[in-house]
Amino acid sequence: MTLTDYLVPALLYVGVFFYAAGSLGLLRFQDAESRLHALTKADNVGLGFVALAAALHWGSVAAAVKIAAVWLFALMAAGATAQLMARRAKTSAERGSDE
Amino acid sequence: MTLAFDMILCLMIVGTAAAALLMRNALAAIVFFIVLGNLLGLAWLAMDAVNVAMAEIAIGAGVTGVLLILTRQRLNALGDDLVSAELPGWLRAGALLACAGFTAMVGSAVMSVPPADDLGGSIAALMPGLGIENPVTGVLLAFRAYDTLLEAFVLLGALIAVWSLAPRVAWPHAPAALALAEYEGHDVAAAFGRLLLPLALILAVYLVWAGSDLPGGAFQAGTVLAGGLIIAAIGGVISWPRADDFYLRVALVLGPAVFLIIGAAGIALGRFLFYPPGFEKAFIVAIEYGLALSIGATLALQLAGPPVAPGRKG
Repeated sequence: MTLTDYLVPALLYVGVFFYAAGSLGLLRFQDAESRLHALTKADNVGLGFVALAAALHWGSVAAAVKIAAVWLFALMAAGATAQLMARRAKTSAERGSDE
Repeated sequence: MTLAFDMILCLMIVGTAAAALLMRNALAAIVFFIVLGNLLGLAWLAMDAVNVAMAEIAIGAGVTGVLLILTRQRLNALGDDLVSAELPGWLRAGALLACAGFTAMVGSAVMSVPPADDLGGSIAALMPGLGIENPVTGVLLAFRAYDTLLEAFVLLGALIAVWSLAPRVAWPHAPAALALAEYEGHDVAAAFGRLLLPLALILAVYLVWAGSDLPGGAFQAGTVLAGGLIIAAIGGVISWPRADDFYLRVALVLGPAVFLIIGAAGIALGRFLFYPPGFEKAFIVAIEYGLALSIGATLALQLAGPPVAPGRKG
């Protein structure tokens, strides 16, 4: 067993922990902003750890760069959608409708 | 481990499919449909069919999902509250029977393929002559190129069908803008569109180039391009061209036209769609770049819908 053999599952578990925390937040938090906060922040940290585990598992710089690009794309998409949904939720709350 | 993964994935696919069908709320049903497309992509990935997985996620989940959301939006704007009426019993029984029959037919067709027919082996034996490594690209652009050529024209035909829905006064203007102009998040959407469109262009170019030897190809690249165009249009960064725009027309027919011209030139060498020996890869890559551009433009404009008269919305 080398160091990576221990590190890869450890990073995966940490990633899954953040995903679970994000999902729990989505289910338990009260308002739209808090739920978005849990979903977009915790899940992207979780994805980061899973991506790190995958990069270590493949063990090549080329693969690691591609995986990092995937993570960055996911961050950009999550950031943009979170902003859009939060603004929508804010105006809906001001208007008093739930659509 | 693998069996457990496959079983869980199968349960999730059936579960999300049932949820998509049974949801009363149209938006929730669409969300489950998109999740279903992504899970199906995972299933293809688990079977090592990376090309199919990419196409399923990009077209099945991505483009179809956006299409469904836009459809719901337009129906809502027209005053349809999207509540399905209670169907009579005979119609439900008939639908059940038709779907069960279709499933049985597909199942028996799949089961009739013997696991050891070695189709992959016979294609692998032909591949060295092409100078490319990806067997899926080999089948699509060489061994079954006729099917792909027709597919490219079907896609173009579908756009002509969408355009034919335009009222007389709307022709040949541009489709309705997707931009979220009055919407509170329009600056976010604009920034995202400005960022994503060039990245989508680079990714599409890479996907075609990689498609010769690795998973990828014209259809995946075209969908990525269409996705970038749609996001940019939603952000208001680009506006749809008029239906009679010269450059638009060129972009739409470039792929099918290049494919047809190269195919017809093959007749001079003996056979329709015959590539001259030694130049197979060059011709395949040229066709694929043309196809990717045309597929991207066609998909984006199909999604944009028919032209509308200026000054009117959707």
